[in-house]
Amino acid sequence: MGRKNTIGVLGLALFILFFPLTGRIPAISHYVDIMTFIGLTAMITMGLSLLMGYAGQISLGHAAFYGLGAYTSGVLTAKFGINPWPAILVGVLLSAAVAVIVGSPSLKLRGHYLAMATLAFGEIIYIIFNESIALTEGPDGFGNIPHLSLFGFTFDTILANYYLIWAVAILMLIFSLNIIHSRVGRALMSIHGSEVAAMTMGVNAAKFKIQVFVISAVMASIAGSLYAHYVQFINPPVFDLFFSIKLVMMVVVGGMASVWGAILGAALITFLPEWLIFLEDFDILAYGLVLLLIIMFLPKGLSSLTGVLYRLVAPRLKSGS
Amino acid sequence: MEDYGFLSQLVQYILTGITLGSIYAIVGVGFNIIYNATEIINFAQGEFVMLGGLVMITLVNFAHLPMPLAFLLTVIIVSLVGLLIERLAIFPLKESSVLRLVIITIALSILIKGLAMFTWGKQSFALRSFSGDTPIPFLGASVIPQTLWIIGITVVLVILLSIFFSRTIIGKAMSACADNPEAASLVGINTQRMVMLAFMLSAALGAVAGMIITPVALMEYDRGALLALKGFGACILGGLGNFYGAVVAGIILGLIESLGAGLISSGYKDAMALAVLLLVLFIKPSGLFGSAEVSKLKKF
Amino acid sequence: MKKSILFIWSFVLTIVLISPAAICQAAEPYKIGCVFAITGPASFLGEPERNSAKMFEEEVNAAGGINGHAVKVIIYDTEGDATKAKTRVERLIRKDNVLAIVGPSRSGTTMAVIPVVEKAEIPFISCAASIKIVEPVKKWVFKTPQTDTSAVEAIYTHMKKDGLTRAALLTGTTGFGAGGRVQLKAVAPKMGITIVADEVFGPKDTSLTAQLTKIRGTDAQAIIGWTIAPPQVIMLKNWKQLGMDKKFRFYESHGFGSKRYIELAGGAAEGVYAPLGRVVFADILPKWNAQREFALNYKTNYEKKFKSEISTFGGHAWDALHMLRIALEAVGPNKAKIRDYLENVKGFAGTGGIFNMSALDHCGLDASAFEMVVVKDGKWALID
Repeated sequence: MGRKNTIGVLGLALFILFFPLTGRIPAISHYVDIMTFIGLTAMITMGLSLLMGYAGQISLGHAAFYGLGAYTSGVLTAKFGINPWPAILVGVLLSAAVAVIVGSPSLKLRGHYLAMATLAFGEIIYIIFNESIALTEGPDGFGNIPHLSLFGFTFDTILANYYLIWAVAILMLIFSLNIIHSRVGRALMSIHGSEVAAMTMGVNAAKFKIQVFVISAVMASIAGSLYAHYVQFINPPVFDLFFSIKLVMMVVVGGMASVWGAILGAALITFLPEWLIFLEDFDILAYGLVLLLIIMFLPKGLSSLTGVLYRLVAPRLKSGS
Repeated sequence: MEDYGFLSQLVQYILTGITLGSIYAIVGVGFNIIYNATEIINFAQGEFVMLGGLVMITLVNFAHLPMPLAFLLTVIIVSLVGLLIERLAIFPLKESSVLRLVIITIALSILIKGLAMFTWGKQSFALRSFSGDTPIPFLGASVIPQTLWIIGITVVLVILLSIFFSRTIIGKAMSACADNPEAASLVGINTQRMVMLAFMLSAALGAVAGMIITPVALMEYDRGALLALKGFGACILGGLGNFYGAVVAGIILGLIESLGAGLISSGYKDAMALAVLLLVLFIKPSGLFGSAEVSKLKKF
Repeated sequence: MKKSILFIWSFVLTIVLISPAAICQAAEPYKIGCVFAITGPASFLGEPERNSAKMFEEEVNAAGGINGHAVKVIIYDTEGDATKAKTRVERLIRKDNVLAIVGPSRSGTTMAVIPVVEKAEIPFISCAASIKIVEPVKKWVFKTPQTDTSAVEAIYTHMKKDGLTRAALLTGTTGFGAGGRVQLKAVAPKMGITIVADEVFGPKDTSLTAQLTKIRGTDAQAIIGWTIAPPQVIMLKNWKQLGMDKKFRFYESHGFGSKRYIELAGGAAEGVYAPLGRVVFADILPKWNAQREFALNYKTNYEKKFKSEISTFGGHAWDALHMLRIALEAVGPNKAKIRDYLENVKGFAGTGGIFNMSALDHCGLDASAFEMVVVKDGKWALID
């Protein structure tokens, strides 16, 4: 995983550990709740960044896997009284199976064709959520989804869910960083570089692409399950195409070939509307403008910002010490 | 009382399908023009459609201009928006990856939608039909005059575009850029100007789609995204870059939607259209009329 | 190595420091939180609700506030999205420390925030239609819009009166449309109505001709359209264009509650029936009507201030806020007491009807809150 990343993960873990202290500051006391959603979103964007940044494949349908996880967990627990933990597992298996079935033919497509195929898949799943009213209560959505509990402890507060969700997110981060620095990761990079060259070197491109697609789908599915158990209510619009597009935007804004960037992108795009709230009606303009400027002027995304800052700060640090 | 038998129902479904499909086709062709020049899918295409509708409404309902003049002015105004977008956001980043440019068009669509919300507010607006609302009976079905305008204008546009691309110097130059930008610039074609032109042309097409559909379907600031999606579907199903492909695919999608809603299930009509699209892609990865050879040459 | 430390720092910086500074408040105003779908697909609900809330704040403060306290209404946009609605409500509770919450506009977003307000124990009045919100009764949750069941009963009663028994449903796939569809199907057998067609469509569909053509082939006597704009208007246009207006009566839902829709339909709305809250036609109500004065006041002031036609939706927020005003006047800034007061509101003549709340009914309106109206010469007309 490398020393840099180890320090990074430790730093992030410490940050997450102490962040809830900010809850004492009234002006940002609601940030823990928002951070919880960022944790969930980051789980999906990390998977997506493996897929986009490392395997070079786009997906405009990842909200569907998020939804599959959420709906599997929600339906099994709220409607059939099954324990949440096995329900999450069922969601994972279902998402993985769907990812294999959809991924195998889709990942043979290139560029915009792949984008359209994943988009179509996501829309179909969204329509199924809306139309299978007997199970999902359709556009109305349904509630009464139980909180998760472990060894007699119920995750029924924001703080408990915050720590749970970020613990899972950090595990996923470590997992993703390990993938990148493994044989698989190098194979992925070679696919991204040139699929033909990779194949002549004996890399089974198709197999690796599907593997990453499945991994990212599973990560999204777990995020969905945790969402359902946190919010306790689900309805289809949360898992629509526009969320899929937003996820891709987060990955690009964060810096595509960086799992760290995926977290930053998720954080920025989730927090941005929160900061712009004082603009009232003008927030949508500011939101569009900020996104446009970031993509235009930070071609490698937010994760390259650390490099820029480093170059600015490092010489002074050296001369200072 | 007329008898609404199965046949007349079928005719009605087919007519509805062709009308819907014509709109998807025009939007799809708009996507193709920009794709051919830049390889990007312009997600703000739907906003051109929305702008077309709303600008036309302003000129007709509030400025009380005659329809033909308003039509022309709208085309010009929206083309200028297309030009502006290209100059401000696409041109400065010409050496950028396709994906990044696509994301930029998404950000632009958010921005345009926001501006439209401020200009026109959130409510829907109506526009009167181009030539009255008296339905014309046809094989047991009723055809509203606006339907004929929609289908007619689509046909005329397709003919005009094919003449433009095959007969005029600029059109030929644009096609050359699409096929091979390096070679085109070597023979003295200003590829940058062609990209600019592509954005204007595509915006103009979007505007026309918006204007002809508004009398039927009303228009409001956030309508663009969904029309863009259908158009994107048409453009992919037909094969990226292929005009006739987009037209045929648009009409196929419209027909599946309408027949699907009428004969099978209105809830799953969009799912059916998308499922057909997926199946086609799985069998023929570059769309109905796209060439696998050409798509391999593209960067994205 | 330093790169990752800097990464963490930039993370901290972006999240903590760039946030807007806390706003200090000197006085002790009564703070009421509002969450509406001001933008997004349900903005036609959220916009008039937001306007009404602003007007409420101005009017109450101009009249000297509540028991000498100024009122501060804090309004956030949910964009009609469940996740956003939840985070905004948390923000109202934690950061803004409000006494009560009004909104959200949609049933889905309301259901998503119910666990939050129940846990925070804060009085909450929803502006959404679904009956699920108050059934079963939740301790802190109230709502002002008439339930969809009441609207269904009003339509079916009117059909029966004219001897019509076969209905075709045409509902949108939004929370509002789907909620109506469920109730339309559930109530039909009890009232002797047969449903002969059940068609749906997407909220941004541009043509409903296919669905209507299918209905034309059935022996339905009335079509019941249950959706929000713009399909609400498109369906009427298509209904006229297909020449179906002679054979099928058309009922719209209480979502048709704005005169603007009649204008948009451009003549196609002629002869359409709808069960509506009285506020939209307050000006033609008889003088003795208990709601007339309150509703007409609201209508006149709103239309003067915002230069646009009122809708029933803004009225839902208006009613909720005024109920809170009365509660605050009576019991002061105590959340539990406000809740108890709301539960015992009796005979409050709001824009949406006359509210009679109880421990078993946290909406307090029945089918009498609706009046069936018909569109005649481009205007609402009462039916006697």
